[in-house]
Amino acid sequence: MSKDIYVVVEQRNGNIQKVTYELISEATKLAADLGEQVVAVLMGYKIADKAQSLIHYGAQKVLVLDAPVLEHYTTEPYVRGIEYVIKNYEPNIVLFGASSIGRDMAPRIAGRVHTGLTADCTRLDVEVSKYQEYLRKATNLPEEKIMALDTSDRNLKMTRPAFGGNVMATIVCRNYRPQMATVRPGVMELGEKDTSRTGEVVMVDAGLTEADMNVEILDVVKQTKKAVDITDAKILVSGGRGVGGPEGYNPLRELAAELGGEVSSSRIGVDSGWIEKDRQVGQTGKTVHPELYIACGISGAIQHQAGMEDSEFILAINTDKFCPMMQLADLGIVGDLKKIVPALTEAVKAYKAKKAAL
Amino acid sequence: MKIIVSIKQVPDTSGKVAVNPDGTLNRASMQTITNPDDMNALEAALKIKDETGCKVVVVTMGPPPAAGMLREALAMGADEAVLVSAREFGGSDTYATSQIIAAAINRIGVEKNDIVMCGRQAIDGDTAQVGPQIAEKLHLPQVTYAADIHKDGDTITVKRMLEDGYMTIKVKTPCLLTCIKELNEPRYMSVSGVFEAYSKPLTTFDYEALKDDPLIDKSTIGLSGSPTNILTSFTPPQKGAGMMLEGADKATCEKLAEILAKKHII
Repeated sequence: MSKDIYVVVEQRNGNIQKVTYELISEATKLAADLGEQVVAVLMGYKIADKAQSLIHYGAQKVLVLDAPVLEHYTTEPYVRGIEYVIKNYEPNIVLFGASSIGRDMAPRIAGRVHTGLTADCTRLDVEVSKYQEYLRKATNLPEEKIMALDTSDRNLKMTRPAFGGNVMATIVCRNYRPQMATVRPGVMELGEKDTSRTGEVVMVDAGLTEADMNVEILDVVKQTKKAVDITDAKILVSGGRGVGGPEGYNPLRELAAELGGEVSSSRIGVDSGWIEKDRQVGQTGKTVHPELYIACGISGAIQHQAGMEDSEFILAINTDKFCPMMQLADLGIVGDLKKIVPALTEAVKAYKAKKAAL
Repeated sequence: MKIIVSIKQVPDTSGKVAVNPDGTLNRASMQTITNPDDMNALEAALKIKDETGCKVVVVTMGPPPAAGMLREALAMGADEAVLVSAREFGGSDTYATSQIIAAAINRIGVEKNDIVMCGRQAIDGDTAQVGPQIAEKLHLPQVTYAADIHKDGDTITVKRMLEDGYMTIKVKTPCLLTCIKELNEPRYMSVSGVFEAYSKPLTTFDYEALKDDPLIDKSTIGLSGSPTNILTSFTPPQKGAGMMLEGADKATCEKLAEILAKKHII
């Protein structure tokens, strides 16, 4: 019988990626609802010493697949490793990070073992009562539709955005096992690390050899991020008349770098020659819909709004409490951007340092 | 040698997306386009065609109007087009879809020097699953997230993007590549291309045409053969009313950092 929640560990150069710990934290909650265990599947080369940290986040068991062919991620050996685990251990649920690696591996596995896979999930539920509570809070579904759900349904309910985030759908995989999902990094809450937790570490020999490689890695290059097109940026720190001049964008650049975003501008910054034209947001510039748009000293003329009003979260920093941008913003800070932006950069830095120390 | 490019017609989600009151997508009110990543895959194929003179075949699964999109691909320079269309194929999830497209590609035939190309993901479903699943069904090696492709005989060197860098991967044909936007700038249709598009072959594969392929089994295609089903769909949470903080002090900024952290931004 299919049992337990398996989390496929993502490691790069031997470093376990944060999304793995997020998945283990989430799996721990789901496992409690199901009365099952959390099992981490760690694949790599000379990697067994990393198993303990997975236990510290809540894995009760770690399966370690250690082979030279698993040193760097390539599709076939990794897929074979997980295929072996699925066939021999019969998991109920298998979770992957929705990274460029997880999204390469998971569909191939689902195709091979014949099961369902849901991509880029942002919420997972087993318990119907918890799922109903979520629907009531986060949707406009009518109560009778919510009440009509079968409360004895123990399938994994995988909720994800589709159509560019315009529709949410909850997907189930009723007739096939394991139920598989890739989960968006940064969405699931990271649980507390507890070094007193103990668990079992099992070395698994999946019989992987060089012959399982059907591609050849020529090199692996780590890159510092280059400037991206502002329409691709998830976070934009945008400056307007309020920045005052070309050097006024520097604090914005620092904040953007700290947040992993890009700098953009309203028309005035471009027309005044303070910043390049390809950074302009608005009707005559580019239309953006980042996850976070920080409007610094932008009053929010309708021509500018046309280019950014669909941003998921808008933060406005402006001295004028009543300007249109402040009315559009999800969060407005009334004050001088020259003080607030550097202070915010510091606060973000401090927050990240605090989090890294945990 | 030939390149088979799998493309998809999608609603243009970059414009205004209309949602019905019941939470489903109002497709009728939206423009359709060729999925952007698929355009990069097609362009990559056409570039190889420019260099080697190989044949480019585009294939799509969808309702009959998707033939219009195939004509556009022919006008860009593709040589042949195949529309996979049947009631039995409707409602397929990614598993079922890849079975059907793989069967269609089998019918077209994958030979030793051939390449299959797809976009990384379609902007309507955003799953990025069909490419790797087609590769699995066709037993081809795959390289996803291709940002640069070099062909040298039967060897292809691909720059495969990762979040924090890239890998250079060598793979032998036949293989499947999924393409991303960084790869190239898709070309426009030419006027002569548009004229020629109507004299190039456009074939339709219906259920009858594919039913003898072992991948086409009624229990593994279409809505009823899909391992995953939609339990509920709804529109995402509405934006809350805006909040206002005053003062440029440290406390305000710390509070702000906390709010950003809660939203998983930092």
